[in-house]
Amino acid sequence: MPISENIDQSRKFTRRLVLLMGVKGLALAGLTARMYQLQVRDSERYTTLAEENRINTRLLLPLRGRIFDRHGRPVAVDEEDYRVVMVAEKTGNVQQALDRLAGIVELSPEQRGRVLREVRRRRRFLPVTIASGLTWEEVARMEVNAPDLPGVLTERGYTRVYPYGEEIAHLVGYVGPVTEREQKEDPDRLLKIPEFRIGKQGVERTYDRRLRGRGGTQRVEINASGRVQRELGRKEGTPGDAIHMTIDMALQQKALALIRPHRAGSVVVMDIHTGDVLVMASTPGYDPNLFIHGLRAKTWRALQTNPLGPLLNKAVSGQYAPGSTFKMPVALAGLESGAIDAGARFDCPGVFQLGRAKFHCWKKGGHGPVAMRDAIKRSCDVYFYELALRLGIDRIAETARKLGIGVPTGIDLPAEKQGVMPTKAWKRGYFRDKRNKAWFPGETAIAGIGQGYVLATPLQLAVMTARLANGGYAVAPRLVADRPPGNRTAYRRAQDGFRRLGFDTANLGRIGEAMAAAANETGGTAFWTRIAETGMEMAGKTGTSQVRRITAAERARGIVKNEDLPWRRRDHALFVAYAPLDDPRFACSVIVEHGGGGSRVAAPIAREILLETQKRYGSVAERAGLDLDFARRAGGSGIPGDIR
Amino acid sequence: MQEMDLSRERTSALRRLGSIDWGLTLSACFAAAVGFVLLYSAAGGEFFPWAAAQMGRFGVALAVMIATAAIPPRLWYRLAYWMWGLSVLLLLAAEFRGVEGGGAERWIALGPLRLQPSEVMKIALVVALAHYFHTVRFENVRRIRTLLPPLFLLLVPAALVLKQPDLGTTVILIAVAGVIFFLAGVRWWKFALVGAAAAAAVPLIWTYGLQAYQKQRLLTFLDPSSDPLGAGFHITQAKIALGSGGMFGKGFLNGTQIHLNFVPEMHTDFILAVLAEEFGLVGALALTAIYGLILYHLLAAALRAKTQFGRLVVSGVAFTFFLYAFINLAMVLGLLPVVGVPLPLVSYGGTSMLTLMFGFGLAMSAAQGGEAAGEPLTEE
Repeated sequence: MPISENIDQSRKFTRRLVLLMGVKGLALAGLTARMYQLQVRDSERYTTLAEENRINTRLLLPLRGRIFDRHGRPVAVDEEDYRVVMVAEKTGNVQQALDRLAGIVELSPEQRGRVLREVRRRRRFLPVTIASGLTWEEVARMEVNAPDLPGVLTERGYTRVYPYGEEIAHLVGYVGPVTEREQKEDPDRLLKIPEFRIGKQGVERTYDRRLRGRGGTQRVEINASGRVQRELGRKEGTPGDAIHMTIDMALQQKALALIRPHRAGSVVVMDIHTGDVLVMASTPGYDPNLFIHGLRAKTWRALQTNPLGPLLNKAVSGQYAPGSTFKMPVALAGLESGAIDAGARFDCPGVFQLGRAKFHCWKKGGHGPVAMRDAIKRSCDVYFYELALRLGIDRIAETARKLGIGVPTGIDLPAEKQGVMPTKAWKRGYFRDKRNKAWFPGETAIAGIGQGYVLATPLQLAVMTARLANGGYAVAPRLVADRPPGNRTAYRRAQDGFRRLGFDTANLGRIGEAMAAAANETGGTAFWTRIAETGMEMAGKTGTSQVRRITAAERARGIVKNEDLPWRRRDHALFVAYAPLDDPRFACSVIVEHGGGGSRVAAPIAREILLETQKRYGSVAERAGLDLDFARRAGGSGIPGDIR
Repeated sequence: MQEMDLSRERTSALRRLGSIDWGLTLSACFAAAVGFVLLYSAAGGEFFPWAAAQMGRFGVALAVMIATAAIPPRLWYRLAYWMWGLSVLLLLAAEFRGVEGGGAERWIALGPLRLQPSEVMKIALVVALAHYFHTVRFENVRRIRTLLPPLFLLLVPAALVLKQPDLGTTVILIAVAGVIFFLAGVRWWKFALVGAAAAAAVPLIWTYGLQAYQKQRLLTFLDPSSDPLGAGFHITQAKIALGSGGMFGKGFLNGTQIHLNFVPEMHTDFILAVLAEEFGLVGALALTAIYGLILYHLLAAALRAKTQFGRLVVSGVAFTFFLYAFINLAMVLGLLPVVGVPLPLVSYGGTSMLTLMFGFGLAMSAAQGGEAAGEPLTEE
């Protein structure tokens, strides 16, 4: 490149750059002139505008969707209530005002602490809620004392109310204030409103988005202290959708009445074709209404530390060894795999020898030679030790998982546990210690009677029973109906909505026949709790799941009766059943924690609730084609056969 | 032979660290510090969620600037067209699979990173044009044929950005390119011609080129009182915030317009309102002075540069920075319509800060290198 040209270029650049810099300088000078104009010359005008005329947009809380049971009974509603708020700026001495208020409304130390914290944190002209859920009397007293309480106001708002309280707490759940984490995960602006309540548990949580609705907006003019002068415009929000649950509250109450006399347990009743859960009772419970106005720390601790787990929905979060109720999947696995045929007999001398280990039957003298039907009917343990060993754990697991054991049911509730259906691979992965990774034949044997590593939730047991009874369709339980009552379509059978599991119908029939024998023939473990009403008979299977290990020494001394053991060490009582025998429709599972024997404690509950359910809904045969609202409408018109 | 080369590289890299423009660095730190204070206030006197995050980002941006400055200009010169090509690819990628944000497809997700390709393009365009004009013989600049390649370099990304649609960035790209053309020696009358053509095209652009919301913004800008609760709200409320700040402001954390949430986007595009309301005219002038200081340091660097590439890179970066500042200030002061341009180094957000600091690093690298430093950009 010639030097002269380079110099030309450089000179021209410098000339033009300086010119450009001048333009920039002028532009910036122009901006500062504008700043001067706005901030000094016209400042007074804008100061007045800022002081007097402020237009603010506020978000309006939408009404939360209501929740109903299957017959339209409200189980969660928003009710109008009154609350006390304080504008710290107007109040002056906040402590003193709170002292005075304490004489009028109930104020716990925790509430006071929270109010003081919020007053410190927020702008002093923004209202802070002191207490909500005021009674009329308290509102009246507030109004009378108003002159002594500057800056303290009563405001109208809405509060969530659960009319059935404890009876449906585990299913509906409750709402509560938004936590910081929830706010981070959910960009919805509604969450930023201090009065907004978000679903914390149960259906309130699973269906929160649908229940929440959309916020409206309000344009208001406010003065220098943030106080509203007048409303300029208002766009109402959209209330949340209503949710219709599949639960029948009357049946739910009946089930609770049956299970409550026992300390802890659960009852599930579901429709084997639609998956509708009619009853899901868990005891003990808690009152969700307590959570609405902020729970006292003491009450919360008591609920949390209670060994009976009142906060837990045992039907989906409790995991139990299924005991003898697990014999159906084992038997079905035997038939399906061809490992045995239904007529094959095993001899039960009361004890089963595997190497040096001894596995006992619950019946001391043994059952003698038994085939499958009798083995289920009389719940012979030795038969199932033998069968399990022939099958191996992995083949048992395959069938049991198809029936839903150890697989999440996908129920629309948070905190569902998935239970455990062990396999060899599962054990290798589960244990760290190398010695524990190998699978032992003894573990297969006890898995054959639903002990050892096998764990199932009561809901899984109900699903298992339903799948056995509906001809082998993968019915899944649900708590919420897609449509409100009255608009439901005709009753659908399992084959219309669910996939086939691939079991031989003849084999399912054999299992069903054995369950029917257990609950209807003399010698059956549930014979004494049979349903005698014609056309409503049930098929069932008892289960007693051992919580402790019975040692050889103890066995020699004579096994201690459950009644003589401390409660914690007694066996769990289980029962699974379906009804009616002819064209079944309802499946049920009952667990009484540490209740003792399944036949004595759990079976009577199942009997009562299945009988009541059938009386209310009838069998499919009679009601085919009717929508689920039959019971209610039949009560009014008494005309069956009204097909929509 | 090879080993000797390597050792030479090492010493020169060390030497380069010493040639960082500390005056420019310090001025940038001042501007960023103003941002921290304002973000702390905008959050109601809290480090979260904005001020703390911004500090972290500035730290990263500072590191990027120093690293960029330490790299020899030769390398940047060689990479120029590659950077441009990559940016165009990113723009295309954003077009096809961008993350929706603010109504326009301006973002592209690269793993956990969200990248704004139009930001990267601003710097890439400067470097590519500087490279081009460095290679052109000076007497050829006057030829129309010579101007066709750089026009291509400009129009491809400008069209892509306009399509996003991001009017603000398109204007910045065109203006920065225009300044580089100007500084490279393109003749006056050509600018006049393009200007006249653009003026003639305004009605066409209005009818076909603009989205409905962009037209609305322009109309509202011309008459904010026509819609005081709608689109004119931003402008009116920002003006009230500024005006009520007066000479000395309402004091730190005491801005009512800010803390009653009247000013929208007060932590991003409208952050000047926080400054002006709480610190008054004095505060606003102080920030303008800091910006003036940054521009002064860049001017000095441009005059120091020994190569045409260096001169054009430095002045291109300087003009980009100036445009950011000018457009944002004019917008908040009600002199320009609302376009989404942040206040440089002050507004909350990482991308524009990273872009500018990277640009400063480039400017430092380009200004101190060249033939004079014994390292020719091209081997001739």
